[in-house]
Amino acid sequence: MLSVNVKGQFGPFDIDTQFDSTGGVTALFGRSGSGKTTLVNMISGLVKPRTGRITLNDVELFNAKTKVNMPARLRQMGHVFQEHRLFPHISVRRNLTFAAWAGGRPKRRPLEEVVDLLGIEHLLERSPAKLSGGEKQRVAIGRALLSSPRALLMDEPLASLDAARKEEILPYLDRLCREAKIPIVYVSHAIEEVVRLADTLVVLSEGRVKASGPVADILTRLDLGPATGRHEAGALIRAKVIGFDPNWMLVKMDVEGQQLELPGANAPVGQEVRLRIRARDVSIATQDPEGVSIRNRLRGTVEALRLEEGPYAEVVCRVGTQKIRARLTRASAHDLGLVIGLPVFVLIKSIAFGRPLGTKGY
Amino acid sequence: MNFMSDLSPADWQAVFLSFKVAGIALLFALPLALIVAYVLARWSFRGKVFLDGLVHLPLVLPPVVTGYVLLLLFGRAGILGRFFEHTFGLVFAFRWTGAALAAGIMAFPLMVRPMRIAIEGVDRKLEEAASTLGARQVVTLAVVTLPLALPGIIAAALLGFAKAMGEFGATITFVSNIPGETRTLALDLYTLTQTPDGDGAAFSLIIIAVVIAFGAVIASEIITRRLAKRIGGN
Repeated sequence: MLSVNVKGQFGPFDIDTQFDSTGGVTALFGRSGSGKTTLVNMISGLVKPRTGRITLNDVELFNAKTKVNMPARLRQMGHVFQEHRLFPHISVRRNLTFAAWAGGRPKRRPLEEVVDLLGIEHLLERSPAKLSGGEKQRVAIGRALLSSPRALLMDEPLASLDAARKEEILPYLDRLCREAKIPIVYVSHAIEEVVRLADTLVVLSEGRVKASGPVADILTRLDLGPATGRHEAGALIRAKVIGFDPNWMLVKMDVEGQQLELPGANAPVGQEVRLRIRARDVSIATQDPEGVSIRNRLRGTVEALRLEEGPYAEVVCRVGTQKIRARLTRASAHDLGLVIGLPVFVLIKSIAFGRPLGTKGY
Repeated sequence: MNFMSDLSPADWQAVFLSFKVAGIALLFALPLALIVAYVLARWSFRGKVFLDGLVHLPLVLPPVVTGYVLLLLFGRAGILGRFFEHTFGLVFAFRWTGAALAAGIMAFPLMVRPMRIAIEGVDRKLEEAASTLGARQVVTLAVVTLPLALPGIIAAALLGFAKAMGEFGATITFVSNIPGETRTLALDLYTLTQTPDGDGAAFSLIIIAVVIAFGAVIASEIITRRLAKRIGGN
């Protein structure tokens, strides 16, 4: 377990943060300028906090009181930087094995295994300058993995890439996060990456923790609007594949005993998937509507309701044990007479779904 | 080539002596210059401006002054001169070793400057990355910083070599103009211009000096380009 409790000033960033990463993927989420990178640099030992304590599996990495400050090279943090930071004068292979030949780290993991995981075998003898942005970042991830890390710190590894390159890397990250047995701290300001990869979400704002907890819980909290972003706000639900309709090319999913249909390829029956449903793609009805095109109608109850000052209202509906967020006009909320506890139908257009977000259950 | 026939064996001796003096000067000055350049580029400490000034002093002082200071310090009666004579049996005054010392000191600031710029040009973020991968500072220096700064270091070394080959003022002041001992190419050329019928030999020496200097500059350029290409610079 990685436990962080630090205060300190670095450039314009004033940090006062406390969180634990108990295993799986912890996402540090916040806008640029919220101090995420500084915080990660404090964990890996590149920036010294003013006060506080950082421990990893009960080993003290930093403690201001007892003046413990383990140097970065001894912390064994696999740090993946926003810019790949590959050494330009040596081959990809030498970069990947750098921790072993220059850092004296033990070779715990075979090179072939990591190369395979990231799909970079054809790049081994090349110079980093001859790689695309996405390839460079995959090599950088591999280099961190091969340093026998006790935790993995990924500081916006996709931020410098365009959408196509991101899509190229995400499946690898997805696999990596699922298979890794060490705590992973994943820094991002992109909600799509967070919901796809993270188990725990820590929302940062101006160096302070606004909220932390399981991803699905945090995403449906209405008080975090500005921090999690209004336009992209939405919920994360887990579903299980129950079938595929080849005629209409629709995947059928089970959510809390109810059924969802969404476009997609044939997925193995029984597979657990995560689905992200944006609040603006969800409508609410008080009766089961007829003669509408919307295929997904889930029964639920209003769990929380917030009327904003402008024209909008946010509604959180409980469906079984899960929550879905809807963004409506304040007028609709008023006309429907929405109150907490009211049974409603949650309507989601099938085409509003992106493809299922990886295969990670949670 | 027939113009070379103007050169006496003593003139050729001066040419070879220059290579020896410049080579030895570089052998000692290069590692020192590299250390000073690294310290100036990467450390911050009190008195850094003082060190910077001290290093550059031979560049801005009249060479005669530098030569005279060397004579005071490294002469057989000077503090450092006595120290080196007693400890290592090494004498600088009026010996070719003194010529090498003068050449090394005069070339020093010319080497430190480009080396410092080359080291400063290496992204510190790469050094940070190396530390998170477990590398000690010296290892990072050896396998990341210096290889990346290598084109600049080699350019600096060749510049220093060219300067050491041609050093005149400090050398003649410190170790005088002794044939076969301290009379280097530049000093020999000076002597020939003071001799009534030395023009032919002087011209031949000038050709040799130009060829050596030009060769050093071109070699520096080629090596730098090749390395930069290998590094695959941005």
